Amino acid sequence: MSEFIQYTLQGLAAGGFYALSALGLAVIFGVLGVVNFSHGACYMLGAVIAAVLLAELSLGFWVALVVVPVVMFGFGVLMERLLVQWLLALDPLYNFLLTFGLTLILVEAVKLRYGVSGLPYEIPAGLGGQVTVGSVNLSVYAIFACVFSVVVCIAVGLLMTRTRIGMIVRAATEDAGRTRALGINVGRWVTPVFGFGIALAGLAGVLAAPTRAITAEMGSNFIIILFAVVVIGGLGSILGAVVAGFLVGLVEAYGVAYAPAYAQIVIFVLMAAVILVRPSGLFGREEVA
Amino acid sequence: MSERMSERTDEQSAERTAEWTAERASDAAGGQAATAPSGQPADDAGPALLSVTDLSAWYGEARVLTDVSVTVAPGEVATLVGRNGAGKTTLLRSVMGLHKQVKGAVALDGRDLGRRSPDARARAGIGWVPDDRGIYASLSVEENLLLPPVVHDSAWSMEKVYDHFPVLAERRDFPGTKLSGGEQQMLAMARVLRMGSRLLLLDEPSEGLAPVIVQRIGEIIREIKAQGVGVLLVEQNVTFARSVADRHYLLAQGQVVEHLSNDAFAARESELLTHLGM
Repeated sequence: MSEFIQYTLQGLAAGGFYALSALGLAVIFGVLGVVNFSHGACYMLGAVIAAVLLAELSLGFWVALVVVPVVMFGFGVLMERLLVQWLLALDPLYNFLLTFGLTLILVEAVKLRYGVSGLPYEIPAGLGGQVTVGSVNLSVYAIFACVFSVVVCIAVGLLMTRTRIGMIVRAATEDAGRTRALGINVGRWVTPVFGFGIALAGLAGVLAAPTRAITAEMGSNFIIILFAVVVIGGLGSILGAVVAGFLVGLVEAYGVAYAPAYAQIVIFVLMAAVILVRPSGLFGREEVA
Repeated sequence: MSERMSERTDEQSAERTAEWTAERASDAAGGQAATAPSGQPADDAGPALLSVTDLSAWYGEARVLTDVSVTVAPGEVATLVGRNGAGKTTLLRSVMGLHKQVKGAVALDGRDLGRRSPDARARAGIGWVPDDRGIYASLSVEENLLLPPVVHDSAWSMEKVYDHFPVLAERRDFPGTKLSGGEQQMLAMARVLRMGSRLLLLDEPSEGLAPVIVQRIGEIIREIKAQGVGVLLVEQNVTFARSVADRHYLLAQGQVVEHLSNDAFAARESELLTHLGM
């Protein structure tokens, strides 16, 4: 039983990384209609920048938690302004290919500069070690990562449901053309939304840094699972991205613990099952023909 | 006329229209001319709120509108009547700037809208109520109302909206699409009235609704008309169209084939509809 609780916590912590990143992927897809393949690379960049801040500037985890999302927001804004926006009018496949190409460039660039072996990053002071709850030993950092992700998800949820910006993002996610016809300059929100989505991937990267091997390739597997998360939750659904993120984290953790050989497969079996029962995902809306 | 005909692709309909034109010409010659000229309303009924001039529209290679000219004055309801595929919805979408493959001019208050974006057109005072009502599922009824910016000082206050549509007040916290079809139609109209749109583009507001709701929508149209709002109404329900409209444009194969006052339309209704194939 105590092991089960430990796996659950690990699953929820990993699920937090998925949830935050999928949230970013979902708002970008919703407002721009872009499937951002480079989201895994942005997650990786978040972790790498955190490691570089520590190694070269001696700026620790708490600083990285603030600085990295800001830097990644800027990176997202540049990416949208310089590249993505020119392809928005074309078939969505063009931006998919663009972000796929960007992923290759980012991964190779990081390899070139920092090599293929993992960069060191330690659990920040105060979050190391374990706490004993009853008879169960729990990792303090996993608890922190889990709670932090949930808090950020709730904050984003409040931003979406309680503010005018959120209302516009929800409306544009449902139907951008119709929202324009109601007098809203959707184009003005496209760049900040893209930056925001990328910032969330970067934040997930920082959060993952102390518990993962920080390598150029760390985003490659991540993006594949992230797509499963988005499909399970329902493409474009913000709540779905969060719920499916934590769900997939849990399934993966139990898979690793109880059926290591099938750990990866289980996620995709779950995805297939969800698509069979609800083709538009758990929280996706049925397509109206 | 013959010039335009040569551009047609649908021969059968061209034939039908040709027949019809010939008939009407002979009618006129036969001394029954009274219907035609008096039925053709004067276009100089004051400055136009909306004027569409020689608008043509395409979907790829297919031409769906040919040199359509339509005007709507403030406080006036003009309808576009025609069967499915006649180009009515495309005309509304072109006025809104949502359909981009167009030639010709669209002007609001005499100012050409050129290539202005849909959101700029909406802020200039055009309110679009699409045929699927366009209600957001992820927004509550109240959020659906509050989403568009207020663009004119004639905009309805929320109090006025709820006063006119008590059902929306009752359900203000419901997701927009949990409303019935009639309620969604009310919401879609209320939404553009709260914006203060001065020209409403209504796409089949009566479609699929119970007679009592259609009647209510008719009352609302007559009321906003009295406030000086202009309405361009797409309608297949001719009885309803006649009950609210001042003028009618009959569309067939993407062209305006007749332009009639409401009285002239009423007098020749069954004949006209037969010709339109409705």
